[in-house]
Amino acid sequence: MKRATRGSTLNRVEGSRPTFEVRIHGRGGQGVVTAAELLSVAAFDEGRHAQAFPSFGSERTGAPVVSFCRFGDTPIRTREPIAEPDALIVQDPTLLHQVDLFAGLRPQGYVLINSSRDFSELGLDELSERFRPERLLSVPATELAREHVGRPMPNAALLGGFAALTGALRLDSVIAAIRERFRGAVGERNAAAAAACFHEVERERAVVTGA
Amino acid sequence: MLRQLEGSAAVAETVGLCRPEVVCAYPISPQTHIVEGLSDLVRAGRLGSCEYVTVESEFAALSVCIGASATGARTYTATASQGLLYMAEALYNASGLGLPIVMTVANRAIGAPINIWNDHSDAMSQRDCGWIQLYAEDNQEAADLHVQAFSLAERLSLPVMVCMDGFVLTHAYERVDLPTAEQVDAFLPPFEPRQVLDPADPVTIGAMVGPEAFAEVKYLAHAKQMQALDAIPEVAAEFERAFGRPSGGLVRGYRAEDAETIVIGLGSVLGTIEDTVDELREDGVKIGALAIKSFRPFPLEEVRAALAGAKRVVVLEKALAVGIGGIVSANVRMALSGIALHGYTVIAGLGGRPITRRSLRALFEQAIEDRLEPLTFLDLDRERVEAELERMASGGRSGPHAENILRESGIVGARSH
Repeated sequence: MKRATRGSTLNRVEGSRPTFEVRIHGRGGQGVVTAAELLSVAAFDEGRHAQAFPSFGSERTGAPVVSFCRFGDTPIRTREPIAEPDALIVQDPTLLHQVDLFAGLRPQGYVLINSSRDFSELGLDELSERFRPERLLSVPATELAREHVGRPMPNAALLGGFAALTGALRLDSVIAAIRERFRGAVGERNAAAAAACFHEVERERAVVTGA
Repeated sequence: MLRQLEGSAAVAETVGLCRPEVVCAYPISPQTHIVEGLSDLVRAGRLGSCEYVTVESEFAALSVCIGASATGARTYTATASQGLLYMAEALYNASGLGLPIVMTVANRAIGAPINIWNDHSDAMSQRDCGWIQLYAEDNQEAADLHVQAFSLAERLSLPVMVCMDGFVLTHAYERVDLPTAEQVDAFLPPFEPRQVLDPADPVTIGAMVGPEAFAEVKYLAHAKQMQALDAIPEVAAEFERAFGRPSGGLVRGYRAEDAETIVIGLGSVLGTIEDTVDELREDGVKIGALAIKSFRPFPLEEVRAALAGAKRVVVLEKALAVGIGGIVSANVRMALSGIALHGYTVIAGLGGRPITRRSLRALFEQAIEDRLEPLTFLDLDRERVEAELERMASGGRSGPHAENILRESGIVGARSH
């Protein structure tokens, strides 16, 4: 009675991309859970399998919150939290000294931090030595959100930055997911923030890689 | 239509498609999003004349459902954890009266210590209350099982619990193929009650029954659950024909045909178990899994058949029967009468502790070498437990366990003694 519809994440179809795992850190009230949900919808819109879930129930305003998103070309069966992420999104840089944000990050992993300071200014030089430096970026997402959304809600903006940094999802699917979740003007403003963050990350990457 | 949405939303939409006539529920995490979703549907007028009744407690919620169902209304509710316990007396009434209420249980631990996260303590504590209990592995199945549950409940005149893991499924976004109203209407005919409170044709439902007939009425409840052993696979097969995908049934094997080691589980943990089975299969280990989809009625014959060729069985349980250990294991053992194989009970995932592939792999490897204790607690921190046992043995006022363990773990807020 095997279910043909439920494949393995291990026995991948030839040529398919492996499951990509994202962990999002922030504080209650910053839309951490919504960010993971939006990523999963963006992946779904690209025809991929996706799973998003919060760090179950601990959400309180201001408290450290974690959410997770997996996406890939095959059905996702595992339910465990993401311990070895391919990418980290840090919505609140004040968590840097409170939570072990980089635990389990894969050697080829990506890090996107919401901050107007660079990694060196954030005291993260050590991280640049352990990981591929061109995959570690900070971006002033709160400022971009203030500018485009009118509120300091960095989550949607960072998803645009994520698309630029990793190339794992397209900007247009991220924007479609944002518009689906937030109708009307709020959706448009968050979409604009995501696009602005995408271009800012592209610009920063060009500087880092010298391209 | 394929959509990427939260498990709770998928269940609310699907229950809505089943055209309930009365929904009565009291919110409790992690079930709340489901009943909020249904209240939105009712308020938006999408459920026709469906009445959404707000009450002051879970006891009242199920009591209203009992009254509504007895008048012949298709009736739905949802709860979790302490809410299910608060319903306990009414649960027995609903099943004893043979009322086909459908209820979602968003499985959550039971306090004390208070804990809002997932395990199966709530549903397992009510396993013998006369309700059918179905367990969903993912959100597609959680949605599908509700369509099947109304069909089963009304066919047998028995209440059905659809159990889905709280947070792990209720709060997870994944793709779900939601049926259309036409599809559900074709599958699920309007409710024709076996008994109905009708002022034009008065009857009594719920009369007192003395020693002369009580056992017979109870036997009938059991007989109906035995009928459910046939009805559940029938409904699942009809569902597959109508909707084009398998869902539900009594049990489901995964790479179990030639397996020497079979891991039994219920609910969403099967996904993680299957990934681990695949890893070990790649190393040439003959291991498989068996999902128990219907815990009440318990499919003794199907479990027995699935385990007949195995050398050992590992029963992974998200609940603990304090004082003996396993609950599912005890039921599995009844299926094994006369079959000799090693049996291991593993208590895992209590109060939302993540069940990881890494831990499962190590566990299964120990089982394969028959090095596992008959009763094992997955990822238990022995040091912290031993420290607390020692503190207690030292006499005097050693203080409350939960707060002591939290303090040992360096979690702030626990006062020292």
